[in-house]
Amino acid sequence: MDSNLNFIYGHLPYWLFIILMLSGLFIVVSRGNLIKKIVGLNIFQTSVFMFYISIGKMKGGTAPILLDKSANNSAVIYSNPLPHVLILTAIVVGIATTALGLALIIKIREEYDSVEEDDIQKMDQKDLKKYNKKNVLETNS
Amino acid sequence: MALTLKHLFAVIMLSGAFSLVSAMLFVVMDAVDVAFTEAAVGAGVSTVLMLATMALTVRVQKETKRPILFPLVVVCLVGVLLIYGTLDMPNFGAFDSPAQLHLGSTYLSITYKDMGIPNVVTGILASYRGYDTLGETVVVLTAGLGVILLLSGLKGRKDKE
Repeated sequence: MDSNLNFIYGHLPYWLFIILMLSGLFIVVSRGNLIKKIVGLNIFQTSVFMFYISIGKMKGGTAPILLDKSANNSAVIYSNPLPHVLILTAIVVGIATTALGLALIIKIREEYDSVEEDDIQKMDQKDLKKYNKKNVLETNS
Repeated sequence: MALTLKHLFAVIMLSGAFSLVSAMLFVVMDAVDVAFTEAAVGAGVSTVLMLATMALTVRVQKETKRPILFPLVVVCLVGVLLIYGTLDMPNFGAFDSPAQLHLGSTYLSITYKDMGIPNVVTGILASYRGYDTLGETVVVLTAGLGVILLLSGLKGRKDKE
């Protein structure tokens, strides 16, 4: 019984990060507004970062900035620095992709005069029908 | 909240607040460098970029009816699979997890000897993984070029029409 409780406490952080990630995924899939989709992607991304950082955490540990520079194996426990390095890179790449996505949204709004996915799809289908009709007329004549 | 709000300004502000709170969570989990970057980039730059996009496009979301059942099913399925995947993981903060046993402690002991920098994260980022960081700046450069190329056509098009 005690070990069960221990297991649940030990895994609860992971599950919370997964729930956060799923809420981001839900926003991306279910909302039509493109800016909201980007916000959802950001939530998704940040929760993945949290998950990674939580893997490097050690109980009772401190930030990996050396307190005692002379000793190699001092009594201080440091958390694992490698996930931190990885996530630092990922955050910067994430903002770059976000900026590109937002620029695409501005361009889409200029072409279609809308940032709603439903409207854009409707316009695309209308264009496709027009194009097909034109092609049929040309091949017939 | 972001689901039902119609005003995009509120959505973007909430997203910035979320980034700030997540930065605090990173501090709690000993990742001070990550928290620093998240607060500056996630809560700062990203919010400004989104506000700029909102100013150039629309402020209020249009009312649309979209099916909700299919996204819900997809999300639940993914969630069940991911939680099933965590069952084999070591406990949060465990000392004997595979992530802690191998490289992490090695880097902690050699970084100061090699670089003379007490901050291990900075040492690894700038030195052992210097090429990776160089690649990262290339990605940022490419994204910046893409944004410039996408947005530079805006004015010319409007003049033509």
